[in-house]
Amino acid sequence: MSFLEIENLLVKAGDKTLLSNISVRMEKGEVLGLIGESGAGKSTLGLASIGFLRPGCRVASGEVRLMGQSLLAMSQEELRQLRQRKVAYVAQSAAAAFNPFYRLEDQVTELRALQKQVSRPERRDIACSLFERLQLPDPEKFCRKYPHQVSGGQLQRAMIAMALLNDPELIVFDEPTTALDVTTQMEVLRVIRHVISEQQCAAIYVSHDLAVISQISDRIVVLRNGEIVEQDETRRIIEQPAQDYTRALVAHRKVGEFAGQPPEANAVIEARSLDLGYGANKVVSNVDLQIACGEIVALVGESGSGKTTVARSIAGLLPPRAGTISMNGKKLADNIDHRADDIRRRIQFIHQLPDVALNPRQTVRTALSRPLRKFLKLSGPSLQDRLNALMDEVELSRELLDRYPGALSGGQKQRVCIARCLAAEPDILICDEVTSALDALVEDSILKLLWRLQQQRDIGILFITHNLGVTRRFAHSVVIMERGKIVEQGSTEDVFADPKQDYTKRLLASEPTTRRGWLDDQLAAKV
Amino acid sequence: MNRHSSASFLLSVCVLTGLVLVAIFAPFVAPYSPTDVLAAPFAMPNADNLLGTDALGRDLLSRTIYGLRYTLGIATFVTVVACALGVVLAIMAAVRKGWLDMVIGRGVDSVMAIPQIIFALIVLAVAGISLTTLVCTMIVLEATLFFRILRASAGDIAAMDFIEVARLRGEKLPWYIFREILPNLAPTLIAEFGIRFAYASLFISALSFLGVGIQPPEADLGGLVRENALAISIGRTAPLVPAFVIAAIAVAANGIVDWFVHKYSIRSELGQ
Repeated sequence: MSFLEIENLLVKAGDKTLLSNISVRMEKGEVLGLIGESGAGKSTLGLASIGFLRPGCRVASGEVRLMGQSLLAMSQEELRQLRQRKVAYVAQSAAAAFNPFYRLEDQVTELRALQKQVSRPERRDIACSLFERLQLPDPEKFCRKYPHQVSGGQLQRAMIAMALLNDPELIVFDEPTTALDVTTQMEVLRVIRHVISEQQCAAIYVSHDLAVISQISDRIVVLRNGEIVEQDETRRIIEQPAQDYTRALVAHRKVGEFAGQPPEANAVIEARSLDLGYGANKVVSNVDLQIACGEIVALVGESGSGKTTVARSIAGLLPPRAGTISMNGKKLADNIDHRADDIRRRIQFIHQLPDVALNPRQTVRTALSRPLRKFLKLSGPSLQDRLNALMDEVELSRELLDRYPGALSGGQKQRVCIARCLAAEPDILICDEVTSALDALVEDSILKLLWRLQQQRDIGILFITHNLGVTRRFAHSVVIMERGKIVEQGSTEDVFADPKQDYTKRLLASEPTTRRGWLDDQLAAKV
Repeated sequence: MNRHSSASFLLSVCVLTGLVLVAIFAPFVAPYSPTDVLAAPFAMPNADNLLGTDALGRDLLSRTIYGLRYTLGIATFVTVVACALGVVLAIMAAVRKGWLDMVIGRGVDSVMAIPQIIFALIVLAVAGISLTTLVCTMIVLEATLFFRILRASAGDIAAMDFIEVARLRGEKLPWYIFREILPNLAPTLIAEFGIRFAYASLFISALSFLGVGIQPPEADLGGLVRENALAISIGRTAPLVPAFVIAAIAVAANGIVDWFVHKYSIRSELGQ
């Protein structure tokens, strides 16, 4: 008998099948990685293994046995007992999972309060010792804080502390580092690794990041559309994937796919000594930036480094406090409202989240027609021809023209956003983390699309990202920002081969890879 | 959607449609002229006067049908104009923000600080009672309430990235209103319109009941209640008839609103 046995599990929501034909076994002390793109059913499976289904979902057939007991046959009360004592769950976004009105000590030890075994001072001691185990700074003070007073990485660790409260035998980690920067992710991964080995518990680790999962787990289950593509030991999945889908997942990080020399051209957009800020906060100081025709410039930094602020300023959405932005040598108005239509046309901006960048009540046709009518004065048959050509260009079926955004996938929506910018026939495309909300393979296809368009149309691209892997493969030159200042810039090759600044080195080292032992090496280097 | 709420929706639609048709075709439906004195005051319902007669011996059914015309007509007109005004101001404030938002917002606050009925009584006392003053006052008051709700919803929508996309494109105000924001406001707007329509019917009735609304010999439903109020003390049902019709309008309008709210809340739960 295995520690956890899932047999032929079929989970449905209404008529829709979320998981089918799932059979997984895991032993005590093992770490199982679940990987797949969004909608693959990995969170559903993670939750099902601790006997929880989201509202509206039901198990149509199959069996889930934990330590020999069938979870599906348990009553609500039995399940509650199980969840209080034996299993724990760490949610994806700690920021959304904590109640902003309660102190961390109270939330982390809430289960003990439910069991009515301990007094408040005792609960504080418990919280303190947990926070200490997770190496949070100054546990005594940390206890008293509210969720908004601590950083994202600290909050995620507090959530792991909550999971450890009752010494569980199985912990489900649901994308615990997805929302974090690489250096913060490293901290959290270190803690997770430490906790799992110290606790000697089993863990299920859900992620869409193959590199992270390969570092943490002993075995990997690859999911797609609610079915298992393959499952095996981590090493075998990484080194000899048996299925095409897994091969694509493993292969997508290859460098050199977007090979090409940066063009020798004059700068189209030039920002000089920009100082930017919101209200009393100065966010960016003294930033210089140039983008030439046909050049891809990556602006890299962690959250809060000011990279998006710079992009917004160039787009005219945030007038600079000091400094100038010029196009082909001519100074641009600071505020987009004062720029001429032709300038508006030539600088296009793609937002991070296609879900909110498209009006849910406008069809794709309306969204794409508007820039064509406004900037190019097209109408009638020539407008329709152009619409069809745009859809072909971003590799979307023409039938999607009359759909609303709600009926499109995340990748399709981002393609529509790209098409909307292309419609204006821009010189410069500002891409603000355009792939960070997308799965690895979808991200890859969007990058390919951008790269092809840049080649064909000779567009300059300012590519804002926190993802170094993407930068290395995609950009001609790279600008690295830390706390509102540029710390290093140069051609991608030079910067990656020989980083000059400590921050750049640290950033490069924190980027996870699928290489065996990477995490151990990093942890060893830290100590 | 459960059977109960769709049944109450159908009933509400039937009631309101029926009342609207009766109001439109009043001259053909009403058995008598609303101003002809036909019988003794406060006659009980009989074959000639199906609902009896009022304080002056006029046919109560005919007067109620003509009164319905006033109530529904004024309520509809006021709600439509106030809604248009509220929508435009709310979206303008939400998109432009800054001083414009401040001026409109604080102006609305000051109007709302005074109880509606007292505000209307003061205006009508100063400006004199006429149909125009009455309607204009009601429009101003209703528009502030539309503004308050829609400004909040439009503010949420104006914070979305697609509004920024429109700004980057250099769009003008009409595009924001009609193409970007209004389609997204539709569910809120429909619900709010229904509620405001019910309130406008009650408001005009209340003003007439207080004697500052529609003036005799014409009467809306509220005026009819006032005219016949005395009859209740001698055991006649005359004031209850128009009162019941007012209640029917309010309940039916809310029944329709409930259905829309329910429908849209389910759709947004499903993410459609």
